[in-house]
Amino acid sequence: MFLRSVVLNRRPLSPTLSHEGRGRLGSAGIRSGGFMLRFFSWGSIRPALRLTLVLSGVLLASFTAQAKPDAGQLSALASDDNDRKIGALQQIAASAESDALPILEALQNDALYTVDAKRVLILHENGEATDALTGETLAALPDTAEGVMINNRVRNALTLTLAAIRLSSDNAGMRLAAIETLRNTPEPELLPLLERALLKETDARVKNRIEITRAMIQLQGEDKTVRLRAIRILGETSDPANKQLLEALPVSDAKSSAELRAAAQQAIRDINLRLARGEIMGEVFSGLSLGSILLLAALGLAVTYGLMGVINMAHGELIMIGAYATYVTQMLVRQYAPDWFDWYPLLALPASFLTAALVGILLERLVIRHLYGRPLETLLATWGISLMLIQAVRTIFGAQNVAVENPAWLSGGIEIYSNLILPYNRIAILVFAAFVLFAVVLLLTRSRMGLFVRAVTQNRPMARCMGVATARVDALTFGLGAGIAGLAGCALSQIGNVGPELGQGYIVDSFMVVVLGGVGQIAGTVYAALGLGVLSKFIEGYAGAVLAKIAILLMIIVFIQKRPQGIFALKGRFADA
Amino acid sequence: MKRRSLIKSALSAAALSIMSLAFSPIQAAEDTIKVGILHSLSGTMAISETVLKDVALMAIDEINAKGGVLGKKLEPVVVDPASNWPLFAEKSRQLMTQDKVAVVFGCWTSVSRKSVLPVFEELNGLLFYPVQYEGEELSKNVFYTGAAPNQQAIPAVEYLISKEGGGAKRFVLLGTDYVYPRTTNKILRAFLKSKGVAEADILEEYTPFGHSDYQTIIARIKKFAAEGKKTAVISTINGDSNVPFYKELGNQGLKATDVPVVAFSVGEEELRGVDTKPLVGHLAAWNYFMSLKNPTNDAFKKQWAAYAKAKKLPGAAKPLTNDPMEATYIGIHLWAQAVEKAKSTDTDKVIAAVAGQSFAAPGGFTVQMDAKNHHLHKPVFVGEIRPDGQFNVVWKTSGPIKAQPWSPFIAGNDKKKDEPDGKSK
Repeated sequence: MFLRSVVLNRRPLSPTLSHEGRGRLGSAGIRSGGFMLRFFSWGSIRPALRLTLVLSGVLLASFTAQAKPDAGQLSALASDDNDRKIGALQQIAASAESDALPILEALQNDALYTVDAKRVLILHENGEATDALTGETLAALPDTAEGVMINNRVRNALTLTLAAIRLSSDNAGMRLAAIETLRNTPEPELLPLLERALLKETDARVKNRIEITRAMIQLQGEDKTVRLRAIRILGETSDPANKQLLEALPVSDAKSSAELRAAAQQAIRDINLRLARGEIMGEVFSGLSLGSILLLAALGLAVTYGLMGVINMAHGELIMIGAYATYVTQMLVRQYAPDWFDWYPLLALPASFLTAALVGILLERLVIRHLYGRPLETLLATWGISLMLIQAVRTIFGAQNVAVENPAWLSGGIEIYSNLILPYNRIAILVFAAFVLFAVVLLLTRSRMGLFVRAVTQNRPMARCMGVATARVDALTFGLGAGIAGLAGCALSQIGNVGPELGQGYIVDSFMVVVLGGVGQIAGTVYAALGLGVLSKFIEGYAGAVLAKIAILLMIIVFIQKRPQGIFALKGRFADA
Repeated sequence: MKRRSLIKSALSAAALSIMSLAFSPIQAAEDTIKVGILHSLSGTMAISETVLKDVALMAIDEINAKGGVLGKKLEPVVVDPASNWPLFAEKSRQLMTQDKVAVVFGCWTSVSRKSVLPVFEELNGLLFYPVQYEGEELSKNVFYTGAAPNQQAIPAVEYLISKEGGGAKRFVLLGTDYVYPRTTNKILRAFLKSKGVAEADILEEYTPFGHSDYQTIIARIKKFAAEGKKTAVISTINGDSNVPFYKELGNQGLKATDVPVVAFSVGEEELRGVDTKPLVGHLAAWNYFMSLKNPTNDAFKKQWAAYAKAKKLPGAAKPLTNDPMEATYIGIHLWAQAVEKAKSTDTDKVIAAVAGQSFAAPGGFTVQMDAKNHHLHKPVFVGEIRPDGQFNVVWKTSGPIKAQPWSPFIAGNDKKKDEPDGKSK
């Protein structure tokens, strides 16, 4: 059980707290009327920490003598014992008000250091350090400085303390994060703090969160109307934690119990509905996300295999080349324009398309061109080429995976329900897949080049008779398919590993999608990819990832047995050509 | 005429080169001792195993610089079994029968070790296995320098249950689908039951090797954790699947303060290339961390950084050390010491000499090979991920603890002997 206190500062705090009050650390007087927060670890229903908010008068007096963090507290802070550390933190926090913030933030960011377990230093980003005791600024950390370590238990307490202080910050985003943290510990002692914050709050979202947190606390109260209102507010949320609170609703008064129970039941039903909706939407989304990846991987193949009839076993390696092109672009951008690093994917997209398309055109001109109409030889030759490409990449970049970093705007996700967070990188890939699909369809159906492609694939001799340069069209079509594979590689590098064997994992899936969808049909590929994605995610939800993979393969085998031509079949005399 | 003489000379040249090839091992055997290195340099396990090959080569260079073993230089023979389990068996046979190596350092996954085990026993070879594993195995021909379950998994879970670790009451056992995660989870399930955790509070999930889509699994973990009680995830995911797993974990906002994830096969090397800022506070349990502060570790890190730079290794810009690297390093030194003691590279003599050998390890303790059970006595550390991808040690044992290859949490193990059978052979 640990205990800590902090004086809550009622003056608004600027978001750049870490520099505020650096110089007058420790010298600040005690503000009367500050509030004390105490945290206990609470083993039972909620695992987090219990807050006890106490008017500070009495307790503060006992700390007045220790307004400055003294040597004893600092050495306790530097000790390995978390209980001592928390005790010391509590005292420093209690006596220094918001001036403890730089220390707390430094502790959270691993920027708090000690020298010989006595002197406590705060390291700043520019390499300078400040003495927490004297405020003296050092040009650099001494060599003997050691970082003060915290574990999850200390981190939990620290986050809560910071949240309580930051609830009165100037920055709405910071207040939002603060109330999200406080929501984990709905203890009655928080009420005055929340009421005060609610009065001042202008941001609708923060206000809503504070009201929910307040309702979570008021639920345990005595007043029936307040409790009913609290139940109603909680019934509008989608948080499973609220559901548990409602389920465990304590009812002492027999008269009001029936009404309260009924309201709580209704609220639980509402939350359950929202949770179930979130769950299904989550499964559909992850299915669509997997489907969009399959679609990207298979779209290039739908062009080269579907339209041209080339069994290209090196298709996966073209994806891999696209991913490596992304990696190289990332490295170049980091080296020559680090400020623009977040936007490297915009450069990586054309780079991966062009690189893969170039390799594809070379492949077509040098090898595949001589093997048209001989599927078995094409298969063997392209398989050999795929091995060569893997080995080439292994020689150039090494056998180990390379690290492709997500730009900041592709990290994180958007929260729809509390149990449904849609990651940005997956949304981006979904949108990107739709865009590529749109572009390919447009190119094939609305452009002169697309007309030639369709003409050549439907009737090669006749197209040649009409003056179409079939050899050039072949090369360009193959290049297009390869380029799309390259784009897929660029997208895949954002969610998975980039290594020489990257393509091997997608070649089977790609063929599966194209064959299932019906050879020669872009629409079939789309349906097959999305269908397979959603289906395998639903099976995975019930049977696990290993069984899902097996089940999908079995289903495809059965389906192809019954309907060899796939979902969609090309009608016409030259379908088999 | 001219052409014929050309063919003739070509033939004789070929014959000469074949002869010289055939003789060279015998000549070499006189002044060098061959040492096999069997690690995947490609495929899904390359992310973890490649550096073990490099650190083995570094240790061999180090020993050679000090004059070698028995006055002979060590000659490394590196093969790539490509994360392909049957290929491990083939390559190990090749190392022992063709290259005639005195010892092999290698394997990461238990499935690869199980695959080479019959070969080593048949040919009476010697394998030093450097990775934590599930136990349930003792072979006279293998020395295990990684952790047994009681040196990693059990202490880590005890930490999670403790007050410091957050007092977890519900557990998700998540792993790659093969022998190590399955057996470890079997042991952990029995252990958790002995600690009073109900069956309904344990969720077990497996994914294939190289799995890259963790959306569904993270959603399930979230749902499981939302049903009340403090939840922790115990991850035995192996290989490069860890990168998409941790990326998804970060993107879905599952924080360590809510649901901590403790991993048994994720170290500094696996986190290279992952944005670790959203992962701060997630845990790993090992017998060594790069962030440990002691003179031996400082020297080890310096040596590795210099070696990586000199050999222009891919990660040389940010040299990282980790637990299996330390275990490989310890293994090679223990073997070299044993050969010096036995004054021979004969497998049986070396096996007898390895028992009881000790070595001042970079982990900060002098670790000792058990006199009987072929496992090291090792200290245990639990670390939390820092924003820079290193680990803060938040818990450790006071000293090395003895390995229990036969876990007491699996029925019937109490009757098994704590030493390999057929030792006297």
